[in-house]
Amino acid sequence: MIDPIILLFLSSGLFLGWALGANDAANVFGTAVGTKMVSWRNAAIICSIFVVLGAVISGAGTSQTLGKLGAITALPGAFMTALSAGFSVFVMTKSGLPVSTSQAIVGAIIGWNVFSNQATDTSTLTKILSTWIICPLLAAVIAIVLLKLSKYFGRRLKISLIRSDAYKRIALIFAGALGAYSLGANNIANVIGVFIPVQPLAELTIGSVNFSSTQQLFLLGGLAIALGVCTYSKKVMMTVGSDLGQLSSTSALIAVISHSIVLFLFASQGLEALLLKYGLPTIPLVPVSSSQAVVGAIFGISILQGITAVKWHVLGKIIAGWIVTPVVAALVCFIGLFFLQNVFGLVVV
Amino acid sequence: MFENFSLFKRTSELESKIDQFFDKLAEASVIYRLAVRGYLREGASEEFKERLDTVGELETQADSLRRDIEQKLYKNILIPDSRGDVLGLIETADDVLTMFQSSLWAFYIEKPVIHDQFTSGYKRLTNMVIKAVDELALSCRAFFRNPHAVPSHNAKVTLYEKEADKVSSDLKVQIFESKIKLVEKLHLRDFVNGIDGIADHAEDVADRLSIYAIKRLT
Repeated sequence: MIDPIILLFLSSGLFLGWALGANDAANVFGTAVGTKMVSWRNAAIICSIFVVLGAVISGAGTSQTLGKLGAITALPGAFMTALSAGFSVFVMTKSGLPVSTSQAIVGAIIGWNVFSNQATDTSTLTKILSTWIICPLLAAVIAIVLLKLSKYFGRRLKISLIRSDAYKRIALIFAGALGAYSLGANNIANVIGVFIPVQPLAELTIGSVNFSSTQQLFLLGGLAIALGVCTYSKKVMMTVGSDLGQLSSTSALIAVISHSIVLFLFASQGLEALLLKYGLPTIPLVPVSSSQAVVGAIFGISILQGITAVKWHVLGKIIAGWIVTPVVAALVCFIGLFFLQNVFGLVVV
Repeated sequence: MFENFSLFKRTSELESKIDQFFDKLAEASVIYRLAVRGYLREGASEEFKERLDTVGELETQADSLRRDIEQKLYKNILIPDSRGDVLGLIETADDVLTMFQSSLWAFYIEKPVIHDQFTSGYKRLTNMVIKAVDELALSCRAFFRNPHAVPSHNAKVTLYEKEADKVSSDLKVQIFESKIKLVEKLHLRDFVNGIDGIADHAEDVADRLSIYAIKRLT
């Protein structure tokens, strides 16, 4: 049984997980549900299962990267870091900026580093910052390649309109499952990454199998994301679906696949090991923004379709988000830690 | 998730219904041509009435298929982003069948007297109209399987429609320059317009189809 105090401190991370599930599941299944190609019930079931699997099986890579940025050693400190990230996400969402949980948690960790006089690992920080730019660009490139391939094969295979609809539904489910797995693997670090160095949970033994504190945290975080998916994602999915409604179903499918691939690339330890084996440059395992990956993919599709009217204000908002989100999270975290330490007398460092 | 197991069954059923619908259009076109040629040869004979009934049955069957397709598309939420186009296409194509039937009914009820000097003109006009409709049926089928082929089929529809217009104008000139009574002239003119109108409608459907095909290709 988990100590209620520990659960209370974990609640900020679990809340962040809930919010992530409620919002980012729409990037995975929003198009499919919004266009009624997949029912919300099926989307929620598939998304929940694969988010938990992704978090538990492949969540370690991105969590280690966040750990290198700042290893928070006290549970109240980890609580405040996750809370300030969650608070920043809330405030930024209210302000209408396309916010990323990944960027908020990085800002909050830096806030903790500043408060605790710990040096921020600049090479890790640079690695993380570069992925914020690379992520949407890579999604755009992948989307362009996939769209070219789909046009090439579409012309040659001559699949009937009705049959291709059936194939698209199946593809949306597979892409959604991959997307949910990748979302769990990539973004679980945002949810419970800051709690891992503290190791708040005792080892759990069920039968002959031992579950470490980290494994239990991955499972809890994954379940929190799944809860967000099941309780609050429907409305967001419908909104995203209609926002992307101008895309054809093929383009929408490509946007989802590109998003899923990008998140997977930035989370897969297996791929990293494979690239290392052949002496190739590796892809950093960093939590990236699911929303920005989708926006990048749509941008790529628009370029290929010759849509010259780029929505510069959307691009501007994303770039503003890259700066404003971590700064707000760092400030909130710094002030929150000060209060926890000096008003409530808690050990935060 | 479970609905996907029956997805391919529903898809095949819908594909089959759409194929059947365009089969009816192609069949009706052949029967219409035979009926008009038969009328030109021997007037409103028993055989002509049988062909009129056959076209009527084909029209009824096509109506029933159209309703089935509509229900399947909306009930099973199939091809959500193209179903409006598919319904528009099926409905306007269905009108061609109705026009075939109406034209044959007019022959049967009004029994126009077509003098020998005009029969070749009516035959040529009917041939052009049928060619336009046949090409339209091919274009409609291509829309579902190979939208890249739609423009070339539609170009032929337009070509046959233009040719039908030319034949109908020549025929009307020939009718009004002849020595028959004015009332007969006007009667024959209406029949020329009735037959030519089918090609005009086929061209309208082809124009819609061009837009639908462009939407599919982008």
